[in-house]
Amino acid sequence: MQLPDSVRHAWYVARKDLLVEFRSRTAILAAAAFVVLVLMVFNFGRDPTAVSNVDLAPSILWVTFTFAAILALNRAFQLELENQALDGLLLAPIGRSSIYVGKLIANLIFVVTVEVIGVPLLALFFNVRILPVVGPLAGIIALATVGFVAVGTLFSAMTVRTRFAELLLPVLLLPFMIPPLIWAVLATARLLGGRPLSDVAGWLKMLAAYDIVFVGVALLLFPATVNE
Amino acid sequence: MRMLRAGRWITAVALVLLAGVYVRALAYTPVERSQGLAQKIFYLHVPAAIWAEIAMILVGLASIFYLFLKDPRLDRFAEASAEVGTVFAAIVLTTGPIWGKPIWGTWWSWDARLTLTLFLFLLYVGYLLLRGAVADPAMRARYAAVVGICGMVLVPFVHLSVYLFRTLHPMPIVLKPSAPSLPASMLITWLFSLGVFTLLYVGFVVQRYALSYLREQLEAVDGGMGHA
Repeated sequence: MQLPDSVRHAWYVARKDLLVEFRSRTAILAAAAFVVLVLMVFNFGRDPTAVSNVDLAPSILWVTFTFAAILALNRAFQLELENQALDGLLLAPIGRSSIYVGKLIANLIFVVTVEVIGVPLLALFFNVRILPVVGPLAGIIALATVGFVAVGTLFSAMTVRTRFAELLLPVLLLPFMIPPLIWAVLATARLLGGRPLSDVAGWLKMLAAYDIVFVGVALLLFPATVNE
Repeated sequence: MRMLRAGRWITAVALVLLAGVYVRALAYTPVERSQGLAQKIFYLHVPAAIWAEIAMILVGLASIFYLFLKDPRLDRFAEASAEVGTVFAAIVLTTGPIWGKPIWGTWWSWDARLTLTLFLFLLYVGYLLLRGAVADPAMRARYAAVVGICGMVLVPFVHLSVYLFRTLHPMPIVLKPSAPSLPASMLITWLFSLGVFTLLYVGFVVQRYALSYLREQLEAVDGGMGHA
């Protein structure tokens, strides 16, 4: 079956980014090391006799993912700044939305890779039983990640071309990350607390609604960030 | 310039009337039974909160129209509205704790409405920081429009997510489906204050609009050599 052009183009953009990443592997290794370090810092920032691991684990997990995602998103368009690569990308005979979707896919794969490294480490370091809830937990992580990476990809296309890019992206993005983060933390806490899946269905619906709305808004707005 | 002068006059009239609100609230409006004098702050707090939120919606609407029409006047209005909205959100965030300390016994609680206002304030700050970080006027306008629209879309999500929390904050007394449940004298003072805040908003926005117009003229004369 022949895929529509826009989907193929998006995949080419994503593959280009992932190939660059795979050949150097600097960013992903740095992000993985960063996750380990953040988890270590959390270990020393708490009193293990006062707060039980399972109460703290959801916050630790999501704060770590938030920081890691911001690091990843900061570099998403940095790649295109060198040698005016973005101009080349814009001149290519593909739709603007394909570029956005391609970038989104590449960022998602990057962030999900970091998360796949982070979850077992959380289970290991903080002695949390992840395995019984691994399916639903993956669902929560996927839904939340799509939402904030969609907004982050849109914003990072703008912030890379401003002054103080590394500082501006978190300031702009965090207010947008906090609502999905709140829902994800609440849902994760209930799952790890052994509550049934029906308890978290409401949060999952909120996350899904956020994803749909913001992926749509970002698709509509992305051309305005790159057109001259 | 005529517009700047008009803005100054509107603001001056509004400030005189604001003094009138104080006089009426303190001398001619009954003291609320359970909260005492602390309740008087509502006459400032609630109108400022209403206008802080409307200002964000107006920023979003102006941004949408800007992306279609590319009319610099819309961008100037969005900037002015965001600046005034920031000030109003700051008023809400300062008057709130002043009331909260005697009534709740705490300056701040992570309550639904407080969190929402803080979100709004941070959205404004991010929006204004982005404007400050982009030198090219056309690019600044487009970027700001993208963030303005995203901010407007985010507000309902924050509303939804915070209303799922328990709240200590008083429920709406005037703006609710059933009839307002307060004595007529209080309602009149409140409506008077809402009118004054509307006038203040208009006065401030007109001044900021005129100012950014003048700044653009100056930049055009300087040929970008000035301290943009």
